[in-house]
Amino acid sequence: MTVPDVIVAASPVPPRRPSPAQRVSTALYRRPQLLLLLLLALPLLWLGVVYLGSLSALLVQSFFYLDGFTGLVVRSFTLRTYGDLFTQANLDIITRTTVMAGTVTVSAAILGFPIAYYMARYASGRTKALLYLAVMLPLWSSYLVRVYSWKLILAKEGIFSWFLDQLHLTWLLDAVLATPVIGGTSLSVSYIGTYLVFVYIWLPYMILPIEAAIERVPASMIEASADLGARPGQTFRKVILPLVFPGVVAGSIFTFSLTLGDYIIPRIIGSSRMFIGQAVFAHQGTAGNIPLAAALSVVPILIMVVYLTIAKRLRAFDAF
Amino acid sequence: MVESEVPAVSFTNVHRHFGMVRAVDGVSFDIVDGEFFSILGPSGSGKTTCLRLIAGFDQPTAGRIMIHGQTTRGVPPYERDVNTVFQDYALFPHMTVMDNVAYGLMVKKVAKADQRRRALEMLEMVKLADMGGRKPAQLSGGQRQRVALARALINRPRVLLLDEPLGALDLKLRQQMQIELKALQRQVGITFIYVTHDQEEALIMSDRIAVFNVGRIEQIGTPGEIYERPATAFVAGFVGVSNLLTGEIAARITGSNTAFSVRPEKIRLAEPGNPAPEGSCTAEGEIHNVVYLGAASRYVVALDGGGELIVIEQNLNKSAAQVAASLGQRVRLAWDRRHNQPLADGEPGP
Repeated sequence: MTVPDVIVAASPVPPRRPSPAQRVSTALYRRPQLLLLLLLALPLLWLGVVYLGSLSALLVQSFFYLDGFTGLVVRSFTLRTYGDLFTQANLDIITRTTVMAGTVTVSAAILGFPIAYYMARYASGRTKALLYLAVMLPLWSSYLVRVYSWKLILAKEGIFSWFLDQLHLTWLLDAVLATPVIGGTSLSVSYIGTYLVFVYIWLPYMILPIEAAIERVPASMIEASADLGARPGQTFRKVILPLVFPGVVAGSIFTFSLTLGDYIIPRIIGSSRMFIGQAVFAHQGTAGNIPLAAALSVVPILIMVVYLTIAKRLRAFDAF
Repeated sequence: MVESEVPAVSFTNVHRHFGMVRAVDGVSFDIVDGEFFSILGPSGSGKTTCLRLIAGFDQPTAGRIMIHGQTTRGVPPYERDVNTVFQDYALFPHMTVMDNVAYGLMVKKVAKADQRRRALEMLEMVKLADMGGRKPAQLSGGQRQRVALARALINRPRVLLLDEPLGALDLKLRQQMQIELKALQRQVGITFIYVTHDQEEALIMSDRIAVFNVGRIEQIGTPGEIYERPATAFVAGFVGVSNLLTGEIAARITGSNTAFSVRPEKIRLAEPGNPAPEGSCTAEGEIHNVVYLGAASRYVVALDGGGELIVIEQNLNKSAAQVAASLGQRVRLAWDRRHNQPLADGEPGP
């Protein structure tokens, strides 16, 4: 092959002037920081002003206190409101909510894991799509409607007691409802009812992260475990569970924090004894005690900090 | 090889169908205890499915698989005396290298001290004794490969299955590991069943090779037999480079229209009209394409009257410039008649 000695330049077509859009793209390509700033400006503004701003407003409020005589909020720094949290009534509310959130989380994990496992490992094609739909469908309809429909199901003359009556098992329901603390006159006014509805409402938030985590475990890893002599139970404990644990923790963060903050479910279904969310609602409403409401709202945040610290200690975030 | 010896693995008319797809379609073979046996074939030829059937991850649709004379029907993977080195290594990311290697002993509840001692022995064998505390993510590809090997060997299986274990490594490392794997196999003296699509790798390491194509075995033999005497056109084309001559062109050269193959390195180039030695096949043509490969050169010669032959010649006394200059020259080709390998079928391989 021969190379021409002189390369003839001057192509007949003159170079086209770049369009404004092209010039903008080029300018941004040359200055990646500017692009990043443009992309993040709006979300940063939102996070910084609206989100963190309201959170700090909440924190500031919690350090004020309500004057009992005038009924006015005294805007000076004090820890009195936090002191009020340690009354027996408030401690009961906090304990009750935390125990409920913990129970709901554990139950959701136990119920959700097999479903998630089936979805990720066995179901494929249409079955998988249907299962996704089944898990997500409740999230598309109104939360309030679903909670109220549970009230109808669990009420004294409701579907559930009618069903047990048909099976001649009313005695069993009566025995369960006779249990102190968690029982009541009917399921819809007992802690058991609150618990059932909480688990129902938050279950999708547990299933989806676990399902995603199981899907990330390569099939060859499970085969390798069996190949090396591990029985299915051992493979589950030594390989699958440790690898899926971050997904369980992610799901539990949802179920735990959502239960901690919810005030509608225990108001509609449950006994008259309050949960944190209801207490916040009551204090900022009729009582007008915004500082105490704010201090109570800080409690779930603190509980979540403790919860996440424990999860980190359990190495839930560093499996991958 | 003793005739009466029980085969390490024996397939009798094994089928594995996935719906309409016959991944394994009536395969029978015996693997001798202690041999390095390769299953060679293109992707989708059923070779990995065969390995999975031996490991127990999959069950045959029909047929019988025996491991050391014992049936495998209904025997789960964790009760089979075989271990696998996976293509993606499948190391447990949440465990250290040491725990990965000791896994097979841990699940069998071997005493902790013994687990450590034997895992360390294995890590020494694969030259990773000081890496025991690391996580798999902190190792290079070659090191992970060795960990996978150590982990698979710790249970002292009688058969080791290897599913394209060197596929993810770069060329230099792969060549080095080929030699090490072969040496390791001699050292531990167990049966290796090695799945690969790389014909060179199979030729280098194997005692015997089974060439697979669309779920069937095309040929089983030693590397020499497979290369020198390919039984079918597929084998001739898949293992090494082959010239395939059929019908009219074959008739013009040999006088018979039986299809045959001849290896490019067996053919010699000479001036046209040069007399060929007794017992040679000859053909004349023009060089249409030349590739200089360093140690050798590859010529594509268009034969007079149709057809092409590839010729590979060592660059014994030709320079790169001379090789390049030969493009378009007329040549006479000659090769020993004995290098013609008649084929059972006329279908060319890939």
